[in-house]
Amino acid sequence: MPLSNRHLLGLEGMPAEDIQLVLDTAASFREVLDRPIKKVPTLQGKTIVNLFLENSTRTRLSFELAERRLSADVLGFVSSGSSISKGESLKDTARNIEAMKIDMVVMRHHASGAAHYLSTVIESNVINAGDGGHEHPTQALLDLYTIREKFKRIKGLRVCIVGDVLHSRVARSNIHGLLTMGAVVSVCGPATMIPREVERLGVQVFNHIDDVIPRADVLNVLRVQLERDAGRFFPSLREYHNYYGITNKRLEKSPNPVTIMHPGPINRDVELSSDVADSEHSVILQQVLNGVAVRMAVLYLLGTRN
Amino acid sequence: MNVLLKGGRLIDPATGRDEVIDLYIRDERIERLSASISADKGMEVMDLKGKIVAPGFLDMHVHLREPGFEHKETVATGCAAAAAGGFTAVCCMPNTNPAIDDVSVVRFIRDRAATALGGLVDVHPIAAVTIGRKGEHLAPIAELSETGVVAFTDDGDPVQDAEIMRRSLEYAAMFNKPIIQHAQDLPMTKGGAMNEGFMSTTLGLPGMPSAAEDVMISRDILLSEYTGGQYHVAHMSTARAVDLVRDARKRGLRVTCEVTPHHFTLTDEAVRGYDTNTKMNPPLRTRQDVDAMKEGLRDGTIDVIATDHAPHSHDEKQVEFQSAPFGIVGLETAIGLTITGLVQTGVLTLAQVIDKLSTNPRRILHLPAIRIVEGEKANLTIFDASAEWMVDPTKFQSKSKNTPFTSYRLTGKPFAVINHGKVFRT
Amino acid sequence: MDREALDRTLTRLAHEILERNKGASNIAIVGIRTRGEYLAKRIARKIEEIENVKLNIGSLDITLYRDDLLGKLEQPQFRGTDILFDVTGKDIILIDDVLYTGRTIRSALDELIDLGRPRSIQLAVLVDRGHRELPIKADYVGKNVSTSIAESIRVHLKEVDDEDEILLMDVEEGS
Repeated sequence: MPLSNRHLLGLEGMPAEDIQLVLDTAASFREVLDRPIKKVPTLQGKTIVNLFLENSTRTRLSFELAERRLSADVLGFVSSGSSISKGESLKDTARNIEAMKIDMVVMRHHASGAAHYLSTVIESNVINAGDGGHEHPTQALLDLYTIREKFKRIKGLRVCIVGDVLHSRVARSNIHGLLTMGAVVSVCGPATMIPREVERLGVQVFNHIDDVIPRADVLNVLRVQLERDAGRFFPSLREYHNYYGITNKRLEKSPNPVTIMHPGPINRDVELSSDVADSEHSVILQQVLNGVAVRMAVLYLLGTRN
Repeated sequence: MNVLLKGGRLIDPATGRDEVIDLYIRDERIERLSASISADKGMEVMDLKGKIVAPGFLDMHVHLREPGFEHKETVATGCAAAAAGGFTAVCCMPNTNPAIDDVSVVRFIRDRAATALGGLVDVHPIAAVTIGRKGEHLAPIAELSETGVVAFTDDGDPVQDAEIMRRSLEYAAMFNKPIIQHAQDLPMTKGGAMNEGFMSTTLGLPGMPSAAEDVMISRDILLSEYTGGQYHVAHMSTARAVDLVRDARKRGLRVTCEVTPHHFTLTDEAVRGYDTNTKMNPPLRTRQDVDAMKEGLRDGTIDVIATDHAPHSHDEKQVEFQSAPFGIVGLETAIGLTITGLVQTGVLTLAQVIDKLSTNPRRILHLPAIRIVEGEKANLTIFDASAEWMVDPTKFQSKSKNTPFTSYRLTGKPFAVINHGKVFRT
Repeated sequence: MDREALDRTLTRLAHEILERNKGASNIAIVGIRTRGEYLAKRIARKIEEIENVKLNIGSLDITLYRDDLLGKLEQPQFRGTDILFDVTGKDIILIDDVLYTGRTIRSALDELIDLGRPRSIQLAVLVDRGHRELPIKADYVGKNVSTSIAESIRVHLKEVDDEDEILLMDVEEGS
């Protein structure tokens, strides 16, 4: 049974069966990553464009690796964002892609809804690698995979997303995916960084991290955006770290062990202290490895879907 | 012109008239008004059975885009859209290029209007409050008032600075002109693309909180009180704002307001799908806000329905949501949305609708009331309050087609307008 | 073919494999998913009983190597490959239920060679029904059945189906 949608734009509304299919397929792809020849010919002859119109090294590399491991032909289009000033270029870029008969587009863009827009103007399959503050579905899928790998289940687990939820597409995708798979979801952050009416999505809201730690099995810690947020949404990085930073000292206050996740890159000693990032509670490196497998699964499921 | 309007239902709130009556119009004036006028040779007879005849509608919030943005609309195409929408007059907004902050621009627009449809649609310019709409220096309000400018606004933008707002209210009051405010606290809405609420949270779009509109209206009402100046809220959209105006009126202040048809029809749920034709400023708000708009219209707090007709070319709107310009066209769907949303639902009677679209805006702008009596100039809007039709933007007179109402089935269709001895049939 | 006949055939194949490879010291059994996997396990068990050894057994999912992924109406389910031992230097006994066009075996060969460098790859099939489209030959054959393209061979195994049996059907019947 193929995925119900020929694009991957977000996890909002994605049925549990589809998420399950991606996770199961990703598990099979993990094996490929352990082989001496980490390549399979499955997407040979398919051309994939990585349209990264917003800065991102790790996601772009992860996708590129996944695509190459599936023997696809990869084209990269990278822009720092400032030269493509207005959306008209996105439309022209999209039309050019179509004219070149590209099979799939993986796009990251700074505007929410950009992936949705792209899917309406081109025929190729569209994979959203992050659109503004809206969704980052493959990140949430690899987060779900990592959780399932560690706990052997997702249903009933208590997961808290910590940090700047307001601006975070990782948070939104995770909220949708976790709730669909039956987890108990909460968010924690300063009131200025919790989006309006987020409880209506089905999550509990906390403003104090010490209230959360005893009640969580997993903390998914978000990156604090240094440049944009200090001064306007919270006073300083120092205050953020003192009040919301996840440190060993903080974790020790709770009797139950907490698994730490982070989408990366980490601002060490701001949202996460170095000792926690490198401890045995952290699955951050597994997330990276799982990311390639999950992306291979998504590319395979969409690329061979009829 | 030699026209006999036969069998139309005349609803004239000014005289309280609501009856089926014939009108004979010769050249520019109403020659006769009587229960049954027989047609003479040479008279063109318009059968208005089932149609409503009303004093000509005026849309006091229209962006004609000329000079400077003629690819979106011109005075000529905008007037055609107005006439097709059932309006005999519009007020054009000053966010042109150059802005309407100088009499030369006013004269240019009036010249253009005189040749559009033979001058059928009256264009009353609204000039900028500040030079270049920059919010720093007062525009030559006295001089502009003398050239027929009816009001002042920096629309597109608010007058953010309270001191400038205070001084403009004081100054314009000397010439009996209202200051119209686009109420939006800029720092609070920086980067915003839609209403801040559950929908913006779900869609991941930066939000514009309703509080940003309310704080400014609240402040401005206090300034109006302090100065005695006349203040009008443009395109009001929040429930709280309705409360503020209601309260100001109770205290006898010179505060009025308008609402657009989209703000009493759509909520921010319409933004799901990222259609840029649901992006406007102020943004679509919540169901509670829409209900409050209807209640405000019903109890008289909201005086005027004005469209904020904001044309944008297809290419400009065909971009991702965050980059798209704000605004939708509105002249050609106004009557349909008003009848469908307010009359059919029992919120307003037809007479009240005519007040919101004709009597009240003219009063607020100190324009002479339209009198439908023998001897007076004929300035009429004729519409069919029960005609059902489907919105097809390809048929719009407007140069731009940016509307969220494509394929909507509406009740209430403009039929014709008559002004300055000319007729335009939709 | 019924259950007893099938079992005897598998026993014979096990002996043939041992004979040709002069024992079980360097062989490893790899079954092609799905039914080849179960046949592989049965054959491996027989070899282990006969020779009193423990064999390396693996399962190969050829989905990623298929040459017909894009034409299929139903996306095949990808279960994954499970080969936990090193194939390099070994004599791999590849096992599948039915040998037909040879394309499945071609995919399996490509995948095995991506996993390492076996000393040899030998093919054992339960049924060879002819109509090869590629130059592929089985080393060990359970039964040769000449068929027309309008027919199909169904192998049912207790592990997944209700019975052990091999059926020859017309294509419309069983589709």
